[in-house]
Amino acid sequence: MKSTKRLMIVAMIVVCMFLISACSGGKESGGGSSGNGKTQEIKVRVNDDPDFLDPHLATASISFQMILNMFEGLFAPETDGSLKPAIAESYELSKDGLTYTFKIRQNVKFHNGNSLKVDDILYTFEHLMGTKNGKPLSGNFGNVESVKAPDESTVVIKLKEPNSNFLYSLTALQSAIVPKDNDGKQNENPIGTGPFKFVKYTPGSNLVLEKNPDYWQENIPYLDKVTFAFQSDDNSAVMSLIAKEVDLTGVRGHRLSEVENDFNISHQNNNSALIITFNEEKKPFNDLKVRQAINIAINKQDVIDSVYSGYATRLGSNMSPAMGDYYLDGLQDVYARDINKAKKLLSEAGYPKGFKTKITVSSHNDMYSNIAQIAAENLKEIGIDVEIEVVEWGIWLESVYFGRDYEMTTIDLTGKPSAYEILNDYISTNDKENFFRFNNKEFDKVMADVLKETDQKKQIEMYKRAQEILSEQSAAVYIADYQVLWAANKKIEGLKSYPFWFHDMSEVKFTE
Amino acid sequence: MKTLMGNAKNINLIIGLLILISFLLLMIVSFFYTPHDVTAMNVANKLKGPNSENWFGTDEFGRDIFSRIMKGTQTAFFVGTLTVTIGVVFGTLIGGIAGYVGGWIDEVFMRIMDALMAFPGIILALMLVAVFGSGIVNTSIALGLIAIPSIARIARSGFVQHKEYEYVLSAKLIGVKPFKIMFRHILPNVSSPLIVAASVSFGVAMLAEAALSYLGLGVKPPDPSWGRMLKDSQAFLKSAPWYTYAPGIAITFMVLGFYMLSNAIRDILDPRSN
Repeated sequence: MKSTKRLMIVAMIVVCMFLISACSGGKESGGGSSGNGKTQEIKVRVNDDPDFLDPHLATASISFQMILNMFEGLFAPETDGSLKPAIAESYELSKDGLTYTFKIRQNVKFHNGNSLKVDDILYTFEHLMGTKNGKPLSGNFGNVESVKAPDESTVVIKLKEPNSNFLYSLTALQSAIVPKDNDGKQNENPIGTGPFKFVKYTPGSNLVLEKNPDYWQENIPYLDKVTFAFQSDDNSAVMSLIAKEVDLTGVRGHRLSEVENDFNISHQNNNSALIITFNEEKKPFNDLKVRQAINIAINKQDVIDSVYSGYATRLGSNMSPAMGDYYLDGLQDVYARDINKAKKLLSEAGYPKGFKTKITVSSHNDMYSNIAQIAAENLKEIGIDVEIEVVEWGIWLESVYFGRDYEMTTIDLTGKPSAYEILNDYISTNDKENFFRFNNKEFDKVMADVLKETDQKKQIEMYKRAQEILSEQSAAVYIADYQVLWAANKKIEGLKSYPFWFHDMSEVKFTE
Repeated sequence: MKTLMGNAKNINLIIGLLILISFLLLMIVSFFYTPHDVTAMNVANKLKGPNSENWFGTDEFGRDIFSRIMKGTQTAFFVGTLTVTIGVVFGTLIGGIAGYVGGWIDEVFMRIMDALMAFPGIILALMLVAVFGSGIVNTSIALGLIAIPSIARIARSGFVQHKEYEYVLSAKLIGVKPFKIMFRHILPNVSSPLIVAASVSFGVAMLAEAALSYLGLGVKPPDPSWGRMLKDSQAFLKSAPWYTYAPGIAITFMVLGFYMLSNAIRDILDPRSN
């Protein structure tokens, strides 16, 4: 009796499941693309929510990846890392390198329909520099003496000291131009001049943008609607792509084979620097020989092969080949793996038997703990006993990045379009970003001099010297610039890749 | 032991014990010997399928999966034992006092237990691990805390029932100290449901450890844990399915073993079922 009852229940469950699956199977999934010529709509998978929609408050690269579609600065970064004029049509620099005169484009409209005026530009810089309320939002403009608008199509910025990197702080990454009349409402209702305008942001779910019909560049954008869908798990993102729920996502190297036949794959050198680094204020990492021994002992190729399935470019300093002329080749071979040499260096430093240490890594992406495992295994061979501590991302930021309460860690430093901003993390007085506590007088001097240098060739030489110093000093174990592999719907064309995180949708369209 | 022998026909008991004894043996052996070093990497040999050298294949670092499964039994039993010990000791103590003493102490203790129970277990564990740091001991303590309320409830109901029985009343009359009455007289009489609860929570603890490690916050790498192996293998499900099968099957069997054993114990100890 009892067993027949059970059987009945099981049978009922099976029938119910069958019914449910039959119901859901009948409907085609509505999401995703529609390349049918009527409305062009793209869904892009992004790992996480933006931290802010207001470009002046946002700091996370993941935010700019999306919101750069809505905003523009006086200049815009190009795919090769150079700058092109955007809201500024052209500029002139005075001989002393202090006064920039910008000619402002005339037919630019904000998303709210108002024309862009020089007043809005003045407001933007006042807002960022905190000239009115004494609370600067950005540290990039401390060197600015004044911002003035002598007439309706001219803006003049005067600097206190020459700064060869100044134009890089005039892109939407640093100083997006926003309308004066939207003061204080920018985060709820972001308004800019970019090719797409804000529609809706649903936290934890998506950010929706639509075409800006008044965009000053003619004929673009092509897409009517862009949805950035937030999905943190890389593995489920692949499933979403295959199920056609998203049109574009990053995939990890080891899953490439599952998507490479049905999707267009593009490889992007992400301009990041994946590093294993140390707290150089703490013993024994203050000793150059210890840092060098660790550098020599770690098998970087193993990291590339096992964590990135080979899709990464070896680095020797904090600069990726994606930076073109600024990149100094050859450093990647300086610390080739050699256990005996590493042991020798370690005994010279006074640790013939090695020592105990701890590597603190974030749990938000398992690549960090995987890298830590390889490092721990490699360092065991030279007697260094490494304990791996996995902490939550917020705790990592608090205790490692800001608190500097750590011995070793591993992280990828995300790319920026300017060589100066990539390297300035290591300046001893840059307390905010120099979490390695790297302190080298020559490096500081090179980085100070480069700002005063106006000749680009000489600047490049100086940036190369800076990279050499980081390598000589073994400021960190530079492993690789891992590639981001983008898998896209085959009907999409016009995707561009930048040396920083940016899903530029302005020239993307669906083809039949 | 006599009761166990008398139940040699109990299929749950036989299979449950068989599974658990094999895992125990595997664990004992793993203290002295594993076919390969569990942390030794050989990236050139990564993600190899099962073969005569690596019985269960290799993972993404070229480590031997069989050796890691073997060593993983240590983690599983360690977490299980510590969790259950914490759960049973504190659960019985709290539930026992609440049930025996009654009154406002009962109210306060049990409301605290209710509050603990109302909180989703894995979230509580996540919170504790986030505050006190990950690692095998912290994970076990967190899971032990979660196990307390259910055991406390079971203990309380037994004590409430038994404190009115004649043997307790007579012990009281001849002046036996309350503590002795509780743990020398009552406890042995109410222990059978507690033993069942303990063996169930052993299985639950193992699953929870797997879940926490799966979330990246359980056992520290590179120590092998089945849950972490399951998580790490997920990305290779299509290209190297054996990597997922090994920890998946190990977890399934271990939990199955404990459930069968606890079913068997319940059947044997429950007079009504005979």
